[in-house]
Amino acid sequence: MAVVSARPPGSRPRRRGRWTPYALIAPSVIAMLGFLVYPMGSVIYYSLQHYNVTKPWDNGFAGLENFARLLFDDPIFWQSLGFSLKWVVVQVVLQFLLGLALALIVNESFVGRAISRALVFSPWAVSGVLTTAIWVLLYNPFTGISRYLADLGLMDYGAAPLANPGTVFWAAVVAELWRGVPFFAILLLADLQSVSKDLYEAAAVDGAGRTRRFFHITLPHLRDAIILSTLLRSVWEFNNVDLLYTLTGGGPAHQTTTLPLYVAALAAQSHDFGYATALTTVAFLILTFFSIAYLRLSKFGVKA
Amino acid sequence: MSGRRSRVSRWQIYVPLALYLLFTLVPFYWMLVFAFRPAGSTAVFPWPVTFEHFATVWNGMGFAVFFRNSLMVGVASLITTTVVALAGGYALARYAFRGKGAFMVGMLCTQFIPGALMIIPLFEIFRTLGLTNSLWSLVVAETVFQLPLSLILISGFIRNIPYELEQAAWVDGCSRLRGFLAIVLPLLRPALVAVGSFAFIHSWNNFLFALMFINDQEKFTVPVGLAYNLGENSVDFGALAAGGVVAALPVVVVFAFIQRYLVQGMSAGAVKG
Repeated sequence: MAVVSARPPGSRPRRRGRWTPYALIAPSVIAMLGFLVYPMGSVIYYSLQHYNVTKPWDNGFAGLENFARLLFDDPIFWQSLGFSLKWVVVQVVLQFLLGLALALIVNESFVGRAISRALVFSPWAVSGVLTTAIWVLLYNPFTGISRYLADLGLMDYGAAPLANPGTVFWAAVVAELWRGVPFFAILLLADLQSVSKDLYEAAAVDGAGRTRRFFHITLPHLRDAIILSTLLRSVWEFNNVDLLYTLTGGGPAHQTTTLPLYVAALAAQSHDFGYATALTTVAFLILTFFSIAYLRLSKFGVKA
Repeated sequence: MSGRRSRVSRWQIYVPLALYLLFTLVPFYWMLVFAFRPAGSTAVFPWPVTFEHFATVWNGMGFAVFFRNSLMVGVASLITTTVVALAGGYALARYAFRGKGAFMVGMLCTQFIPGALMIIPLFEIFRTLGLTNSLWSLVVAETVFQLPLSLILISGFIRNIPYELEQAAWVDGCSRLRGFLAIVLPLLRPALVAVGSFAFIHSWNNFLFALMFINDQEKFTVPVGLAYNLGENSVDFGALAAGGVVAALPVVVVFAFIQRYLVQGMSAGAVKG
């Protein structure tokens, strides 16, 4: 923070200046309190209630009954939690590795770099629903790539990756990778561009090869960006419902239901808000503890 | 530089790049083929070109209305997000005040509040405010979830503008507001373009809020309309693809416009906090 050595003329510094920052942040604070903090509080409140708009006669204080039901009495909770975990790990690891590779490639100088960057980054701006629309066309046995490959005699007709329990997971993973990799590529490229060229040249003079320079200069430089982007992406992938909701609907047989997807379905279909908010509370606790642990264990912001 | 380049041979760049471009572009291309070729055709080129599917979705399926709704929500979210984030970002960058640290931490923490899980309480709030089934509910929800990152990004940008420039303007007799408008705002243009575009794209793409808060088909947004196309029992693939192109168009235009700023914007603000 720079020391203020000049002041706008006519302003009585102490009196007026003191309230200006509060006035400036007031809209943000009100928005956050009203539409994030208060709702979060009400989630916790409802989670201790029986609350179902279609069964008002049952409503009332529930204590920890909702939580007991979720822990001991709801196999779909455990299944969806397990799938959420698998989904997040697979997505974040693959998106990160491919995104890093892509960032390193488009950070080199070559003919056609600007247009290549624009093209490979473009799925970043595509919505989950649109991704589904596109990949439904690609995966459909009648309209998809597989039909044309079958026409050429390269594979059998009738491959339907989304309907087949053995392939639906990877079909969804590939579709999400398509639009997820650019996020990492963009963030990591931004950070790559701030690596000092002198460092590379000094290392090259000292005889360090490409691999050594990558592991001793590039990766350490990217460290905080990697920690933050993987964390943000984990939370985002955990919460992201658009793609799975429209692509698989969580099926077949809850096989691709994440925890938020389960909550959304509960709220929309059974109107069991009390139980759904208990699930929400648990999901929020999991995310909070995960985030704190991740930042602590990865020593974010601590210089290596 | 030339010594470094000689060590990465051309094919080490072009082969993986070409493969990845194929993975990126084939899906887009597939959508275009289905959107522009006549129903019943099996050609792998969109030829002969037809606009029948666009007529179907635009007029018959209501995409003209959905498009207008999405556009209104997108522009309103862009304006509210940018203005509120600009005020807060300026306070963070230029003032030392009590509670600043708490405010920063609070902003960062909201990043972990899952939008999908806030549907129920937000629905209750909008019902109290009489905003259910109103496009304003989407503007509010969109702004709230876009705000933290936008604010942090903008304050990062403002911090990069030398304070001395503003102070010099004060010495010349400008008020703080005039100094801000005359000095800071013009220099912030790339940041505002980035933040505004993020807000617009996010709002344009948002599905869950629109699905949950809006019942009236006259107020559907494009993603909801698209999802309804997907849900039909016998999917009209031409119409699905044409709806996809309509959904993609504004975002592609905005993206083409901002993608040069995208990487700069990220390096200036987001990662560095």
